[in-house]
Amino acid sequence: MIATFQNAYGMAAERIALQLRRLSAGLWRRPALGAGLLLAPPLSWFILIYLAALAALFISAFWTIDSFTGEINRSWTLVNFKTILTSDIYLRIAGRTILMAAAVTLTDVALAFPFAYFMVRLAGPRSRIVLFTLVLVPLWSSYLARVYAWRLIFAHNGALNWVLRHLGFDGVEIGYTNWAMWIVFSYIWLPFMIMPIYAAIERIPYSLFEASQDLGAKAWRTFFKVILPLSMPGIVAGSIFTFSLTLGDYITPVLVGGPGSDFIGNVVYANVGIANNIPFAAAYASIPLVVMGLYLVFARRTGAFDVM
Amino acid sequence: MKHSLSKQIAIGATLATALAFSVSALAAPVAPNYPKTIGDGEGKLNIVAWEGYAEDSWIKPFEKETGCMVNRKYAGSSDEMVALMRQGGGAEYDLVSASGDASLRLILGGNVQPIDVKLIPDFENFVPDLKAPPHNTLDGVHYGLSYEWGPNVLMYNTDKIKEAPTSWAALYDAKYKGQITVPDNPIQIADAALYLSKKDPSLGITDPYELNAKQLDAVVALLKTQAPLIKKYWALASDEIELFKNGDAIIGASWPYQTNTLKADGAKVADTIPAEGATGWADSWMLSAKSQHVNCAYKFMAYVSTPAVQAEQAIYFGETPANLKACEAMDKADPGSCAKYHLDDAATYIKQIKFWKTPQETCSTGKTDCTSYTTWQQKWQEIKG
Repeated sequence: MIATFQNAYGMAAERIALQLRRLSAGLWRRPALGAGLLLAPPLSWFILIYLAALAALFISAFWTIDSFTGEINRSWTLVNFKTILTSDIYLRIAGRTILMAAAVTLTDVALAFPFAYFMVRLAGPRSRIVLFTLVLVPLWSSYLARVYAWRLIFAHNGALNWVLRHLGFDGVEIGYTNWAMWIVFSYIWLPFMIMPIYAAIERIPYSLFEASQDLGAKAWRTFFKVILPLSMPGIVAGSIFTFSLTLGDYITPVLVGGPGSDFIGNVVYANVGIANNIPFAAAYASIPLVVMGLYLVFARRTGAFDVM
Repeated sequence: MKHSLSKQIAIGATLATALAFSVSALAAPVAPNYPKTIGDGEGKLNIVAWEGYAEDSWIKPFEKETGCMVNRKYAGSSDEMVALMRQGGGAEYDLVSASGDASLRLILGGNVQPIDVKLIPDFENFVPDLKAPPHNTLDGVHYGLSYEWGPNVLMYNTDKIKEAPTSWAALYDAKYKGQITVPDNPIQIADAALYLSKKDPSLGITDPYELNAKQLDAVVALLKTQAPLIKKYWALASDEIELFKNGDAIIGASWPYQTNTLKADGAKVADTIPAEGATGWADSWMLSAKSQHVNCAYKFMAYVSTPAVQAEQAIYFGETPANLKACEAMDKADPGSCAKYHLDDAATYIKQIKFWKTPQETCSTGKTDCTSYTTWQQKWQEIKG
């Protein structure tokens, strides 16, 4: 009895194994099918969830809402885009957001490059690990906690003014201004700039430095003609992070910004949360999409995607 | 039938969006359908409330007494409340503690049903002005049961400002440049309109929530002169508390809650209602048109209208009950609190307050030249830059 069972079981197992072998052989003969099966789940996620959400965003941008009942009026109109393009305030907010993203990116490049260069060329293996840890440790704590910390530092009776007053200076009223936002953004996104620049500089063979020197180039010339061009993809890769992260942020403006600090994200949030005007929010949200799209096209030309 | 992939995506997305935004077909006030008596509880009640409006200390005894287990969902804004009550066809939540700037939208959107106040024993003890206020009662039909209310006050640092300000003009005074804070909320336009209605009567503002285009422009112009004086437009009550604590702001528009919290912390602040009067909030419990737990909902409304619960709520949040009988319980829990929150002179105190309501295109006179909340929201963005 048991023997029969074992026999039947063994036969079934063999049959399954055979079929599996056939399947894998079939897939091997048709590699496209195998790749297709492997890619199907992420691809369908990408199309159904990611792209569909973007499409829904774009479509609703052409709708309006009933101002009182807050219900969506689904007739096609360009009125939302017209409001944005003809109003000073929405253009000014978009301009402010883009300028801040650019300023933060430039600041982070200026801060991150020497740091990354030091880590690659000058630091020993042990101090390199220490530096890596120092760069990454802030990322382990909550973003909110770090922004709140800066708010306390910049407050009228905060840490910064306490130090200044003890040193005999006047306090500065930097809290709740665009300057505060610039400093906080530059601080928060700095690790995202250091890492790609580090990777880019590390890939430059040391022999190129020597060759440059042997051919008589001074230090600054080596820097501008050899190091900078070769690390450009890293800089651009980092700038994609700092630029897009700043462009899409709306929490830092709420926490450390003052009057006249609203970002695109704040307008979108206010229109979804306070005015319940989702179509207008969708129309305004397409601005960073367009800006980022253009930025990525530019970034691709510089080869930034090779080091990411 | 040959659809390209992109076309299929577009169709799918359109369907998904249409589904996401599907709304109730009819948008009109719901007709009364009163229960004759409050029957046995259904064992469950789902409510949407402001944070601090459904604390364990009075919800637990209710659950024990009635067997109605209360599921609480806290909302952060009036608009979130409206969205939650419309979600899932409107049957997900039974009750909402709607403020006056949300209640009319819920009534006219057909999301809430009339309430039979005869089933609420404490209703007769309510402040007269809160029995059938225009923000929850339409043509004599009660769509909401008044709960708690309070004024938006002028708060100031008593160390820096020795004499109590007597006018909202203080918030537009250049001598406080960089030390003023006001809420980041479009309804703040009404505060400025209230001040302008007294300062410049020629504008003819009678109701700060009903402004025609010309009046709105004048108010916006005033608020634009205020913007450079502002330290920060506060988004959360805790923001304002921090601004006062750290010395960043010394005067600002506030709720009594912030004053109480700061005073409890030992900060030197006081608040006042200036001569022009004040705007304020008046919340109502409203019953979903599709409520599945009507008996529990009525039990809950009757329970939270009792003097004991009204007093507990008032002291916890820093506001005034609708039930005049709550005075004794308030003084028992916190001596002097009945007078502090003006429940002892509620009938006259309430006249000083212009309660929040949703600005609409149709004025109360029937004319349609008033400005809507959407316009206010856009103007507010213009003001704060």
